[in-house]
Amino acid sequence: MGTINKKTSVLKIQNLKKSFGNNAVLNGFSMELFEGENLVIMGKSGSGKSVMIKCLVGLLIPDEGSIEISGKTISELSQKEMNLLRTEIGFLFQGSALYDSMTVRENLEFPLRKSNLNLTEIEKLVNEVLESVGLLNTINLMPEELSGGMKRRIALARAIIMKPKIIIFDEPTTGLDPITAKEILELMKNIQNQYHTSSLIITHDIDCARVISNRMILLIDGINYAEGTFKELSSSTDKKIQAFFK
Amino acid sequence: MKNSVQILGNFKLFFIEIGELSYFAKRFFIEVFSTPFEFKELLRQCYNMANKSLVLVGVTGFILGLVFTLQSRPTLAQFGAVSWMPSMVSISIVREIGPVIIALICTGKISSGIGAELGSMRVTEQIDAMEVSGTNPFKYLVVTRILAATLMLPLLIIFGDVIALFGSALVENLKGSVSFLLYFNKVFDAIKFSDIIPATVKSFFFGFAIGLVGCFKGFYCKKGTVGVGEASNSAVVYTSMLLFIIDFIAVFISDIFFEI
Repeated sequence: MGTINKKTSVLKIQNLKKSFGNNAVLNGFSMELFEGENLVIMGKSGSGKSVMIKCLVGLLIPDEGSIEISGKTISELSQKEMNLLRTEIGFLFQGSALYDSMTVRENLEFPLRKSNLNLTEIEKLVNEVLESVGLLNTINLMPEELSGGMKRRIALARAIIMKPKIIIFDEPTTGLDPITAKEILELMKNIQNQYHTSSLIITHDIDCARVISNRMILLIDGINYAEGTFKELSSSTDKKIQAFFK
Repeated sequence: MKNSVQILGNFKLFFIEIGELSYFAKRFFIEVFSTPFEFKELLRQCYNMANKSLVLVGVTGFILGLVFTLQSRPTLAQFGAVSWMPSMVSISIVREIGPVIIALICTGKISSGIGAELGSMRVTEQIDAMEVSGTNPFKYLVVTRILAATLMLPLLIIFGDVIALFGSALVENLKGSVSFLLYFNKVFDAIKFSDIIPATVKSFFFGFAIGLVGCFKGFYCKKGTVGVGEASNSAVVYTSMLLFIIDFIAVFISDIFFEI
């Protein structure tokens, strides 16, 4: 894996709070992601992991707290500035979220539509990212013609096509068989080496966390309950922490 | 007591939805004039909507003209007024029956299609993916579809009206030995601009309503496959209702300007 620069924070969340009606999902969550780091956030279903990442990319507006990405506080950005900042973030959705009315090529070209690149450059980029995920032969296929693992790879290719500084992975291995899950994890590591990105990985797959993480945060009751390396957390005697590693 | 509380609750929800729909329409008018424009997607939507509805509209129009003429013929014959058939049929079809029936057919085809498509995109996080990639999904998905429906519906209605008149002419030709040339001469004698203009203007509004409600229902679809079904279904119901309201207003206004 690439080197981690602990001096440069690419993403910083402070005291994040979000409620839906009377249901408080995040109760003051804070974290920091450093350059070149793979940070895994684990939590039970409904613990607020997805809410947290949706707040990060501006799909949800937090009730309180601040989010800084590449030194910019997102609540202070205009819609146009936010859209520009979003090009620095790659997002791999849990269900891949490929546009099913478009071919693989069109899916990959979509984020580049409003860029200043010409057709040749776009073509080159599309081929490059498809080669990175090993699926160059699927370029003209529709998403419905792909398997679950292939869809996840194409979604990963779409996430890296803008050469983002940060990639957010929402449950990257959920719903995949163990072999395909392993391949996706391998691919995530390769892509990080190739593109020197920082990764925020949301998962409840302990194998995924073990293989990919430099550091882990356990999200329990809406706060960062525990933080440390996989080894540190797995050897903890705290019952709540141990529950994740059984 | 419990029932009346429920009815009041439903009324409240209905008015909340009307408010949200108005806000959605306001957002459309703001976004439609702001850059960047999605011309390519607009053209694709225009082509899809018109191309996929053309056969349906043609068949419906043809049967409409055929049945309308067959049903009216005996009554007109009783009064010895069969020669008035082309005028009566053409005015009825161009002014009222053609636009309303074809708009209703397009509601089933276009509005439910948009509702289901955007609904499933919402449920499978495709709309979120678009937003995260720095694209404005409202502009790309909603504005283009509403515009396409607004622009294509008048064309589909004109096409449907023409086919309906051919259906009517066919009946007159077979039953009354009226030549096509004579039939259409009488049609053009009977139809005035005051028949065509209000009908065309209201068909733009019909198209707008079809696009607006379909997009609104799909874009704010609740999670799950049930939500997609509901979005598609309620898009048809609401649009149909809205079409009749627009039609009533259009007839009322036409009456002021053109004295029907």
